[in-house]
Amino acid sequence: MILHVAKTALTALRRDRGALVLSFVLPLAFFSIFAVIFGGQHDSTPKVNLIVVDEDRSEASQDLVKALKSEKSLVVKTKPAAEKKNAPAPADYTAETAEVAVKAGDAPVALIIPQGFGQHPIAFGPEGGGSELQLLNDQSDSIAPQIVVGLLQKAAMTAMPASMADEGMKYADKYVGFTPEQRKKVDADLQALRDEEARGRTSSASGASEAGDSNAGIVAVKTRAVVGQDKKSPMISFYAAAIGVMFLLFTASGSAGALLDEAESGTLERVLSTRVTMTKLLAGKLVFNTLLAFVQLVAMFLWGWAVFHLDFFSHLPGFVVMGLCTAFAVAAFGMLLASACHTRAQLGALSTLLILIMSSVGGSMFPRFLMPEAMQNAGLLTINAWAIDGFTKVFWRDLPVSALWPQVAVLLAIGVVLFVVARRVARRWEVA
Amino acid sequence: MTGIAQISETKMPLEVRSLVKRFGDLVAVNDVSLTVRAGECLGLLGPNGAGKSTVIRSIVGRVVPNSGSATVFGATADSTEARMALGWVPQELAIYPRISCSENLGAFGRYYGLKGRALKDAIGWCLKWAALEDRQDEVAKSLSGGMKRRLNMAAGMMHRPKVMLFDEPTVGVDPQSRNRIFEMIEALRDEGMAIIYTTHYMEEAERLCDRIAIIDHGRVIASGTKDELVRESFGSCSQVLARFKGEHAAIEAWAARHDGRVTDSTAEFTVEQATEIARLLDDAAKAGLELEDVSLRKPNLESVFLHLTGRELRD
Repeated sequence: MILHVAKTALTALRRDRGALVLSFVLPLAFFSIFAVIFGGQHDSTPKVNLIVVDEDRSEASQDLVKALKSEKSLVVKTKPAAEKKNAPAPADYTAETAEVAVKAGDAPVALIIPQGFGQHPIAFGPEGGGSELQLLNDQSDSIAPQIVVGLLQKAAMTAMPASMADEGMKYADKYVGFTPEQRKKVDADLQALRDEEARGRTSSASGASEAGDSNAGIVAVKTRAVVGQDKKSPMISFYAAAIGVMFLLFTASGSAGALLDEAESGTLERVLSTRVTMTKLLAGKLVFNTLLAFVQLVAMFLWGWAVFHLDFFSHLPGFVVMGLCTAFAVAAFGMLLASACHTRAQLGALSTLLILIMSSVGGSMFPRFLMPEAMQNAGLLTINAWAIDGFTKVFWRDLPVSALWPQVAVLLAIGVVLFVVARRVARRWEVA
Repeated sequence: MTGIAQISETKMPLEVRSLVKRFGDLVAVNDVSLTVRAGECLGLLGPNGAGKSTVIRSIVGRVVPNSGSATVFGATADSTEARMALGWVPQELAIYPRISCSENLGAFGRYYGLKGRALKDAIGWCLKWAALEDRQDEVAKSLSGGMKRRLNMAAGMMHRPKVMLFDEPTVGVDPQSRNRIFEMIEALRDEGMAIIYTTHYMEEAERLCDRIAIIDHGRVIASGTKDELVRESFGSCSQVLARFKGEHAAIEAWAARHDGRVTDSTAEFTVEQATEIARLLDDAAKAGLELEDVSLRKPNLESVFLHLTGRELRD
């Protein structure tokens, strides 16, 4: 009898394609996504974008920049990318433009090497007296500055051995004292070391890039947050957007599924026999689903304001723009899924599969900057990534509405394309 | 009503000419021609799958025929003028289950372009016509089966069409509710509406329809008033039904000798005169058959369908 019950359940499962997909395809898809993100496959660990401003232009500072550039984990930028192919190369970053760039989200960290660094580059201990490097960071990415600080120490050790030895000898002379012969010998050795350093600078820097120790304290670094430093609850706006978009996608798909119910009950056919055309019908549902999604976002951010002190009302214009664009794209996504599916069960399975994949790749489950570069780029194919980027600009970077144009343009384009495809797919309901 | 002013009421309310619709190899509608006049109810009588609903869906523009045409007051079926003049009550409960009766009617009224006072009046009229005034705020899914059917009908009446198509509106309805639905349709016909009523219930066609088109395998195999149909098939003959005890083979052999047919131990004959019954029964006694019951009746639409197709209407 137990076997009969099991056999009946197996037969039902075989007939239910949606359940089969959810049972087998979804776990495999998720396993693969997480493996790529956290498994470090194909040497695709995330790289940190680092802006470097060398105000010192000394031998030591240039060695340091060169060593940083040779680090595989860093993408060092000393000047902004040219806007057009044939445009003249833009000027190097300054401390001011680097700060603006970090605020705009062009890079999570900027390193300022101040004037005079070359005279005292090394600082043994907190009171070592070395020149202080400045690190400007965006608090939304808490990992990048730590990586940069670690690599800075490593780069200092490998790129400036002569400076380090020189500084060490000064300490020894100050606290122990050298005889004139000893001092002469030390000077000769240091010169030999400088000559050696000049000859083999590049090889020593690149050869040590796999070391993991940060050797904190070799160079003095002062970190200053330039984005998010005054936020009461730094990550609330990120999670409100990230989680919000994911659930919006689920709600929009469910709501658009009403189309399937109406098709099944005959209501859709009856409505189409009135003066309502298929285009008008789908557009009406798109408007409703867009407003529904927007109201959901409002509720989520209001909750964030009431409970988690999210600074909602001072970002209202940006929120409205991003909220409406996100809601529109999400609603069109739901319309397309509902038009493409034949039953509610199909819709449930397909939407769950797509939404969870989009949410994981698009940054709703974990920040995209943690992902390998290829995965970060793949995320740009999702509504989640563009929506989260836009909301981050509004709530985290305090950027004006005009700065949202890339996100607005992409989300609106996604919405229009998905709706046009949905309309085309819905032709199957029009006439037999 | 909006739109109807643009159609010519001097033309035939509904005219279907040589309609053909194929789905792959299946010919669902095969050269069907029909006309319906104002104040007339035309019944489309046929078994399930005969093609009745496909004819209706072709008229409302939901099915594109392979050939032939359907016009409403001279306007093609998929034109706005025709849509405004046509009302359709589909076989399915095509209403919104989660909203109230008046909200459902409001929605369909707006789909037909009604608004303001006209919309409000139409909702009031439909609620009254469907006897749902006291249920107007109740959500559709909580209504009884009969009430849902009446709401389904009312939704098709919101724009007060001149031609109404009822596609088996009494499916799954109890006798009391069915009677109420008949009264609603009779009221419309008395007001001068042109109506097509599809059914596979002979009794409904006999009660409601002025003319009946019998449809089978996509073809209209006979049409006319009930009396005309019966006369064409049976002339002035009556039908004798005789139920016997005994072996089925013996009953069949006896019936065959008198051009009758046997269904469930009941033999059926057509007779010109009542006096022929005595001769039949005498022969049955000689054949050793034990008579249980005998009756004489005028042929009905069921008999006509059986006569024309050799099958029961509800097969």
